[in-house]
Amino acid sequence: MVRDVAIVAVAQMPNVRAETSLNEVEMLMPVLQEVRAKAGLTQDQIGFTCSGSTDYLSGQAFSFVSTLDGVGPWPPIQESHVEMDGAWALYEAWVKLQLGELDTALVYCYGKSAPGPIHEVLSRQLDPYHVAPLWPDAISLAALQARALLDAGKATEADFAEVAARSRRNALDNPNAQLAWDRPAAELLADDPIVDPLRLHDCPPITDGACAVILAAGARARELHERPAWIRGIDHRIEPMALGLRDLTTSVSTELAAAKAGVSDGAVDVVELHAPFSPQELILRRALGVDDHPDVNPSGGALAANPVMVAGLTRIGEVAQRVLDGTAHRGVAHATSGPCLQQNLVCVLEGDR
Amino acid sequence: MTSQDSGEVLSAPLVIEYPFTRTTGPVIGAFLTGLRERVLLGIKGSQGQVLVPPTEYDPATGEELTELVEVGPGGVVDTWCWVRTPMPKHPLQHPFAWALVRPDGADVGFLQPVDAGSPEVMATGMRVRPRWADEREGTIHDLECWEPA
Amino acid sequence: MTEIELPPALVGKELVRSVRTPARLEYTYTAGAATTRFLTGIAQGRILGERAPGGKVYVPSRGADPQLGLPTSEQVEVSHTGTLTSFCVVNVAFYGQGMEIPYTSGLILLDGSDLPIMHLIQECPVEDVRIGMRVEAVWVDESEYGPTLESIRYFRPNGEPDRTVVQPGAGVTW
Repeated sequence: MVRDVAIVAVAQMPNVRAETSLNEVEMLMPVLQEVRAKAGLTQDQIGFTCSGSTDYLSGQAFSFVSTLDGVGPWPPIQESHVEMDGAWALYEAWVKLQLGELDTALVYCYGKSAPGPIHEVLSRQLDPYHVAPLWPDAISLAALQARALLDAGKATEADFAEVAARSRRNALDNPNAQLAWDRPAAELLADDPIVDPLRLHDCPPITDGACAVILAAGARARELHERPAWIRGIDHRIEPMALGLRDLTTSVSTELAAAKAGVSDGAVDVVELHAPFSPQELILRRALGVDDHPDVNPSGGALAANPVMVAGLTRIGEVAQRVLDGTAHRGVAHATSGPCLQQNLVCVLEGDR
Repeated sequence: MTSQDSGEVLSAPLVIEYPFTRTTGPVIGAFLTGLRERVLLGIKGSQGQVLVPPTEYDPATGEELTELVEVGPGGVVDTWCWVRTPMPKHPLQHPFAWALVRPDGADVGFLQPVDAGSPEVMATGMRVRPRWADEREGTIHDLECWEPA
Repeated sequence: MTEIELPPALVGKELVRSVRTPARLEYTYTAGAATTRFLTGIAQGRILGERAPGGKVYVPSRGADPQLGLPTSEQVEVSHTGTLTSFCVVNVAFYGQGMEIPYTSGLILLDGSDLPIMHLIQECPVEDVRIGMRVEAVWVDESEYGPTLESIRYFRPNGEPDRTVVQPGAGVTW
């Protein structure tokens, strides 16, 4: 029997190219205070806390332990951490609440991509014997996937530019977006590629950011918000690490996660998918079954702001906020991790009728 | 406290260095030994498909794999991209291609640099051959890169 | 694990058993607002703690009171003298050590602070170091003060009678 769990509050900081004045604790604290205030909860009223981050971004051992200072973990709290995007911290918190002993959870994530060599850092997640020693960067890996899409006749470079243009145009309505502008796709196509076939605009910005949500179960959720964003389905799947073992033109893990999460069980009002590179949005639309959907990434998505470890939870938060506001009834959020969409999480959120 | 209150914020360089030495085990050890000897190896999977680089377990069934096979020497480009401005740690420091190179006899490609000279030379399906490093120690770097064949 | 059969081309060759995979990453670390305030104080020969309203005095502060989850907004200058609350005598050499073995590192609760700071204890034979010992900071020459804890060379006993009960800072109870 699955317990009803909902998101009842969302907070994020404005995404910036680099937060050079504040350390991670100072950067995160206002987001935590805001999300708890929105839910009307103090830390000692929250049952479980789970965070997502990676110390490799900041180059500091136990960075994530230091940032717990910002939570105010006293009296001692039940707490966990994943070396993953906050979307997976949310998954762990959702599982924890399924056990029935606790009714609320704080999920947060943060990441400063600016201080370090982000591409070198991300390459540390690759096969340590055969791939990591070559130090391939994330753009090159995404470009391999883009080429595979073009070769298969599944997309054109104009399609990539369309995603890039639409994302930044949508971001004009998002006060938290980092990149927001309105340029026609044809103009973007005229730029030279940086890693063929990808152009600069097909790639995400480098971003520092943080995001947090509050989860609540059953009756507790109704006490905290008049219109909770219920998690109707949530699932995540992973594909093999070696790129050669995968079909880079599809996302079988997203398809499976979407099926398990029940995406097609009802009408979808809004989609927020985590596609740091424009060709990936095309793959994910098909995998989620929302290929022609008119409202994909109204926030601008990861192309408008890509705080590593945060962009996935932010997609879930963007859908949840629209359900909480009443501007959407049912939405789908997606998060990804690993090179070329290796691991994918799908979450279906819905308000009460 | 806002960031504006603090005046000039201090910063300093921070270097992290890991001198890892990794145990290879017999399968990866065989593959790297092969590279040192200028021999490319794959391994037969549960369905008879040849995997490069060889893995200890079948990626679909999890079954332990033991049958190493020689592959190559040449291969085919399954997908590629062109790096116009190499990053400092890239294997080549002039414009080059990354590709998934599938050695002859293998069913799977693996990530390798291709020194093609220009992106116009690159095409999915093109044939390539390995350029071996002059000095080889049994690491992935023994394969310096691939060239159009 | 089943024995792996080597293909003919590798029979008789010495097998690779391990591989070096060095990794070096270079970052620019931002101290953040609170640490900047602390290190700026050090560069002026002052030791500054911080506290959130109603919170303990932390030296150095990282910007948050970990009990309250609030920003530490008030600065509190603390003494250069304190009480040793714990210590450890290091007898084993390790990569990167700068000190002669044996040496003592200790936790010093500076007068006015609620949490101890870690630093070296010198000018005291290791067998004489004890909890409750009163110590004072020994700084580098004033002309060499900089935004680093190395501006304080070490702490040494100052001759005051030992404190048998260690008090937290003013206005705070456990």
